[in-house]
Amino acid sequence: MSDDATFEKFRACAVEVLQVSPDAVVLEASFSKDLDADSLDLVELVMALEEAFDVTVEENEIEGVETVGQAYELISAKL
Amino acid sequence: MAESDTQQIVVVTGASRGIGAACASAFLANGDVVVGLSRSRGTTPTGAEFVTCDLTDPASVEDAFDEVTNRHGRIDVLVANAGITRDQLAIRMSDEDFSTVIDTNLLGTFRCARSALKRMIRQRSGSIIMVSSVGAFMGLPGQANYSASKAGLVGMARALAREVGSRSITVNVLAPGLIATEMTEVLGQERLEAMTTQVPLGRIGQAEEVASAAVFLSSAGARYITGAVLSIDGGLGMGR
Repeated sequence: MSDDATFEKFRACAVEVLQVSPDAVVLEASFSKDLDADSLDLVELVMALEEAFDVTVEENEIEGVETVGQAYELISAKL
Repeated sequence: MAESDTQQIVVVTGASRGIGAACASAFLANGDVVVGLSRSRGTTPTGAEFVTCDLTDPASVEDAFDEVTNRHGRIDVLVANAGITRDQLAIRMSDEDFSTVIDTNLLGTFRCARSALKRMIRQRSGSIIMVSSVGAFMGLPGQANYSASKAGLVGMARALAREVGSRSITVNVLAPGLIATEMTEVLGQERLEAMTTQVPLGRIGQAEEVASAAVFLSSAGARYITGAVLSIDGGLGMGR
């Protein structure tokens, strides 16, 4: 899957789980400040991404993930 | 929780007898789908499905919930009822007697709640009912382990209620008193009679009287109730 397609798939998950508009899902966006997402939202997003991309994310890997870019990096590194 | 006229998928742990079996029957009568989780089928009511599950084994719990989701696609209600006793006076109670009861009653319930919540959070709806005991507040001799595990459920339920309330999931606790089940039978006639004199309503309770509360807490009428402890004890534990 190309980078663009991967990001589109990632973005679709974020839109569905976080209930935000696709335009808001940019690499620099902060989950808490820009997307109004709390820790539960983030965990839910990670679960959705695990399912969509068929990867596993360990608990400790989620720590420190504050932006869309960081989350995207985390997932794409596993593909 | 589903709308009151929609069938709910209800998981009951320890549905093989006692309060669990009564809860399974009550939800079945309510028109819901019931899946009982326990180590063996026992007297799980006819009409309820059964999935083997050992609460002390995290993999067994997650597998059981996977099975329920595979069969039914969702989980609307979890009645975390399975529990054991290992009564002994504290000075003679081993570490093992203490930790075994905590492992099944408290950690086992946590494992079930964790698995159920993974599904309920995605659904943005659900109801968890944990079965505690009057012993959690009164304290009963010989039950340092049991009382600790049941009291622990209250703190845990409330922490969970705060965590997941934003997803319209309620987490509540039932605190049954003396109920006519195998667990109270083993106390013996004499002790049971002595304890019954302490009950304002003057009698032992029936498992169905606990089950009806579970059905209520998962119903549309109880949607604003979370983090609550509902005593069903004939007044035995009043004043906590």
